[in-house]
Amino acid sequence: MAVMTYREALNQALREEMRRDPRVFVIGEEVGLYDGAYKVTQGLLKEFGAKRVVDTPICESGFTGVGIGAAMLGLRPVVEMMTFNFSLMAMDQIVNTAAKLHYMSGGQFSVPLVIRGPGGPAAQLAAQHSQSMETYYYHVPGLKVVRPTTPMDAKGLLKSAIRDDNPVIFIESETLYHLKGEVPDDPDFLIPLGQAIVRREGTDVTVVAYMGMMYRALEAAEELAKEGISVELVDPRTLRPMDTETIIGSVRKTHRVVVVEAGAGFAGMGSEIAAFITEQAFDDLDAPVERVTGANAPMPYARNLEKLKTPTTEKILAAVRRVCNANGS
Amino acid sequence: MAKTMAPQKATGPALDPGLVRKLLTDMLLIRRFEEKAAEAYALGKIGGFLHLYIGQEAVAVGATSALRPDDYVISAYREHGHCLAKGSDPKRMMAELFGRRDGLSHGKGGSMHLFDKSVNFLGGHAIVGAHLPVAAGVAFAIKYEARDQVIVCYFGDGAVPQGEFHESLNLAALWKLPVIYLCENNRYAMGTSTDRALAQTQIWKFGQTYGIPSEKVDGMDVFAVRDVVGRAVERARRDTTPSLIEADTYRFRGHSMRDPAGAVYRTKEEVEHEKERDPIALLRQRALAGGALTEADVRAIEKDVSDRIDEAVAFADASPEPPAEGLFTDIYKEG
Repeated sequence: MAVMTYREALNQALREEMRRDPRVFVIGEEVGLYDGAYKVTQGLLKEFGAKRVVDTPICESGFTGVGIGAAMLGLRPVVEMMTFNFSLMAMDQIVNTAAKLHYMSGGQFSVPLVIRGPGGPAAQLAAQHSQSMETYYYHVPGLKVVRPTTPMDAKGLLKSAIRDDNPVIFIESETLYHLKGEVPDDPDFLIPLGQAIVRREGTDVTVVAYMGMMYRALEAAEELAKEGISVELVDPRTLRPMDTETIIGSVRKTHRVVVVEAGAGFAGMGSEIAAFITEQAFDDLDAPVERVTGANAPMPYARNLEKLKTPTTEKILAAVRRVCNANGS
Repeated sequence: MAKTMAPQKATGPALDPGLVRKLLTDMLLIRRFEEKAAEAYALGKIGGFLHLYIGQEAVAVGATSALRPDDYVISAYREHGHCLAKGSDPKRMMAELFGRRDGLSHGKGGSMHLFDKSVNFLGGHAIVGAHLPVAAGVAFAIKYEARDQVIVCYFGDGAVPQGEFHESLNLAALWKLPVIYLCENNRYAMGTSTDRALAQTQIWKFGQTYGIPSEKVDGMDVFAVRDVVGRAVERARRDTTPSLIEADTYRFRGHSMRDPAGAVYRTKEEVEHEKERDPIALLRQRALAGGALTEADVRAIEKDVSDRIDEAVAFADASPEPPAEGLFTDIYKEG
């Protein structure tokens, strides 16, 4: 195990997979000469050359389509979105072409493609650069959607995504790139897509969260432990396909659930998780599922308003306390 | 960047009877396939949208005749002709239109989403302009792996005002990709004529903007198309040079079966006038006049084509509906 940043873990994953498989190449804006807008692709141009680290002009739809076409012929492109907000320019390519080619062709063609880059709320980047983009993609059959919370997950999940034969939406976070953690050196270290992880065991309440929200939930769990509330933290890691089994398993143990998500709540991840818990484990619930979500507003720029928009540790604490008192226990 | 406009006359060099036979057969195959598809649509055997290629056959057949079997083709939603010309089996194509188990995609694609990997036909894409970047990606992969194939990307004049047309031409030119963008200008994007949609109606000129070889060709003359595409293929194969070709053509039917006459946005007189350029009639006349084929040859070809299309319809009719479990297969590739 080495200790490295989330950014370095992603870089290592790309490097290892490019060394392992000559069909893997990286394509996007500023990925080469500039070394990556967020330095995730740092040094790749030097090691692999311009053939495999392809700088593009600003045309998200164009270069995403290039990735899809190359994938149809068996290459394994990793398309970088400088930020995932820009992927909306390529949404038709992703939703209508990448996700559906395998199905529409009756299995004749596949699209082994990774589209990766940072997304989610960041620091004072305002409405167009600070939003939870996964919500637009996890609705789509044919896509897989990954949100890695730790450096270890970033590496293991990105490597699995690159080896997967389907289009994978892989959304990182500007706010986590500097985060340090232990990461296995083994070049064959993989974390399978579609596997949740229990980050902290507990008995009184299940909190489901990922990315930055997981760290806030961890803070809340420490605080709640002092009050005698034992929190179990589940990180889905892959949002589609979702490991419902692990989440349901935790619910059957704790009987109470709080889902935390950074995005606006309406028709969000929390709604879906609450729905399948209700469908599959209603009798196990001692309280309604609570959601702590971003406010139903675009992301404002001003620091105070941004804080109001975003789920905070305090809001998580309040929700857990509500859930735990719901039946008077 | 010559403009190749003048159709070759029957007084030109002697025609190769084998080639003429092949071109006429393929063009007739498309025409009869489309006519039968229209009948089947009227009978309710085909649903959804059905966009017929009738009138434009010389483009698909002329272009494909300049390709090797291992070259790639990608198209939009008016793609039956391109798929047939590439060598796909009319039986499996018709079964796909019928939504049956033995269709190319087991009934999950339909008229707008034909795919046939066995002949390197890459679809059947129904969002206007969206397959142009995909074609650039296929060309990128060909170049990445230092292969000598090319891809022909068919699209209509309706795709030209889309951003993806310009993004694709820019990338293909910038990276020198072996792709031939072949615009079938049939003058109407659904009901919008090119002069109502394009500030520059000479579509081939956009190629000049991006610095790639570009030509306009009479899309009703199968030999002219073959000639222009042949040169583009040669350039692409030799040194991965992309091209833009504008084929001047016309669709004799409406935009889709829901626009049967296409009569709101164009006059009957215009349609009748354009039918005088019927590419199949032109080829037939030329073949007979030049002695490449006899009347008996033509009748035999027509009979053979007609039989094959009848067989295709019978095959589609006999094929069962897809099994229910097909709903959930091929969403993800396993393993």
